[in-house]
Amino acid sequence: MTACPDKALLLNALVDGELDAGHALEAEAHAASCAGCAAELAALRTLKETLRAAAPAYAAPSELRARIEASLVEMTTARPKRRVAAEIWALAGGLGAVAASLVIFALRPTGDSLESQLVEAQARSLQAAHLTDVATSNRHVVKPWFNGKVDFAPPVVDLAGDGYPLVGGRLDHVGGRAAAALVFRRRAHVINLFIWPGQGSGAPAVERLQGYNLVRWGAGGLTFWAVSDVDAADLQAFQRLYAKATG
Amino acid sequence: MSGRVLPFRRASPPGPVPRAAVAPAEPVAAPSGPEQAQRFRSLVMPHLDAAYSLARYLARDAHAAEDIAQEALLKAYRKIETLRAQDAKPWLMAIVRNAYFDWRRQQAGDAISGAATEAALEETADLAHVSAEDALIARGDVAALRGAIAALPEPFREALVLRDLEELSYRQIAEVTGAPMGTVMSRLARARGMLAERLGLAEAAS
Repeated sequence: MTACPDKALLLNALVDGELDAGHALEAEAHAASCAGCAAELAALRTLKETLRAAAPAYAAPSELRARIEASLVEMTTARPKRRVAAEIWALAGGLGAVAASLVIFALRPTGDSLESQLVEAQARSLQAAHLTDVATSNRHVVKPWFNGKVDFAPPVVDLAGDGYPLVGGRLDHVGGRAAAALVFRRRAHVINLFIWPGQGSGAPAVERLQGYNLVRWGAGGLTFWAVSDVDAADLQAFQRLYAKATG
Repeated sequence: MSGRVLPFRRASPPGPVPRAAVAPAEPVAAPSGPEQAQRFRSLVMPHLDAAYSLARYLARDAHAAEDIAQEALLKAYRKIETLRAQDAKPWLMAIVRNAYFDWRRQQAGDAISGAATEAALEETADLAHVSAEDALIARGDVAALRGAIAALPEPFREALVLRDLEELSYRQIAEVTGAPMGTVMSRLARARGMLAERLGLAEAAS
């Protein structure tokens, strides 16, 4: 019943997809005629599936990301430069790190519209693999993650059943205030939903800026802005689903 | 494409090693320009989670992992010109691994005896064994699974993390760890055997 000792590496390489067709055939043929190796192969597949499903890899803490971002900004701006502000702004792409965000917003020319800041935050979130601080479709993980990071409780729902799966959450800064950003997907597109305390109610209104659609509304003492490059109808549908699920 | 030259080398290459066969198109200035930062952001930063995760599994300490990952990322930034786009992940993994060894040497220098480290390892192993109950795993208990991985001896743990968590190819793992392919394969097989046993997934415990 035990697996053949000389086939162990072959079976591992088979489940890893590291064998060429000839060797894969050989390994499969052997497992088909050897109960021990068949059991071993099944055990390997179970193990791989367990690892895949549980995803035991760690995610980098957002503080670490922030520190590295800060070092980057420091290293790239240490020398005197002509367009320093512009470069810092360019470097800030995708950061989402609180400390660095504060620097950026301090340097930003004031008077930018909220809409353009939201569009920039959306673009930033797509640039440097910093879409999410907490990457999970589990709303019971995303919601408590915001505890202590923002002074309000953003309503978190997963709309996967409706074609808008929750991807995760992120702390962002918009208009000089901390905002919760929930990240959803719509097919290949990303929807950022920015939330902060504001007007308690307000009917949804659609705007368009630089190729992005924005839908804003208010509910329960919070202001919501959904920003995405999906078309306006999809974004409005998202707004209705989200409002219904959290209402 | 078979003669692809990887951007990093084994620990001690015999004699002078020729530069990459395909020379960079233009001489690369010292890092710290916006272009390097941009390259770093688009090619290296996406692997920050992987860097931290590897550091954490190697050092088995959350704080140390942050330090190691940060050191590695900054090192990566300083030598970004040696990176070619398609190899960013194994390239960074190799840097993380070296940063881990630096950290470990430093720990040793700080008079943490080998015996103490061994004792700590034994403890981790016991803990993991106790906590890795079948029921927990069946529920997909990540903590128990992490404990069981952490309890594997280092070379096996490293091979498993690089393959099953970070999805590097055998060849990439061989490059990262400086071990021959056959060694990588047997380490991986052993690692899986030990892990399956700990998790109660393997009937034939040997």
